[in-house]
Amino acid sequence: MRFRYELEGGNFSRAGYASSEIKKTLKQLSVDPKIIKRIVVALYEAEVNVVAHAWRGEVLAEVDAEKITIELKDEGPGIPDIPLAMQEGYSTASAAVREMGFGAGMGLPNMKKNVDELIVESKVGVGTQVYMLTRFS
Amino acid sequence: MRIMKIQQVKELTAANVVCGAALLDKEVSSAFASDLMSDVLTLDCNEVLLVTGLCNLQTIRTAEMAEVSCILFVRGKKVTPEMIELAEENQMILLETPYSMYRTVGLLYSSDLRPVY
Repeated sequence: MRFRYELEGGNFSRAGYASSEIKKTLKQLSVDPKIIKRIVVALYEAEVNVVAHAWRGEVLAEVDAEKITIELKDEGPGIPDIPLAMQEGYSTASAAVREMGFGAGMGLPNMKKNVDELIVESKVGVGTQVYMLTRFS
Repeated sequence: MRIMKIQQVKELTAANVVCGAALLDKEVSSAFASDLMSDVLTLDCNEVLLVTGLCNLQTIRTAEMAEVSCILFVRGKKVTPEMIELAEENQMILLETPYSMYRTVGLLYSSDLRPVY
């Protein structure tokens, strides 16, 4: 099964829609609720990152019997120093993002903690690609 | 006390029930207070009450992802119709208290509602 959702920079009312839809699908597939929570927490943080920092992006998810892979591709400013961005507490979020309850430098660390594999690639001035894989058992 | 009914949370904090009035018999075994949603997303527990002053759609989305089914908004923050719609879709209970965060958590803690950690 494949799914695709669009994300729009700055549109916070839409952030979380993809996570919500994926959650419903995984529930229908009777995936372990603990694993569902980990997947959707990571995806939700990733969605918020795109909405907070990029101009636009998309979520591509693929589900089979054993795993889910999720890719987020955005057009945006990119991340100049990925190891620094992975550090807890490091943030470049705007005041508007902080007002939404995010932007404390927890997004990428939270994502890493909740998935089996996380790959982040970025080109400054072009955009960022995030790949996440989670096995169901 | 190891568990508390939402009805009791409502009474202790003089809260108004915004949605989920039929679910006040539900129980929570602990509470977590934060305005930072990324911290809420790190919680590894169920049946938790979220106490927050952050009142926007992302609070509801965060609760949805973190499996939090009851949110108590402090400092008289007013929930929007958009938030109610999303909360109802997820069978959540939303409460609003005029009390400050400090007063709210003090009352709940002294009534033996346990912290998450």
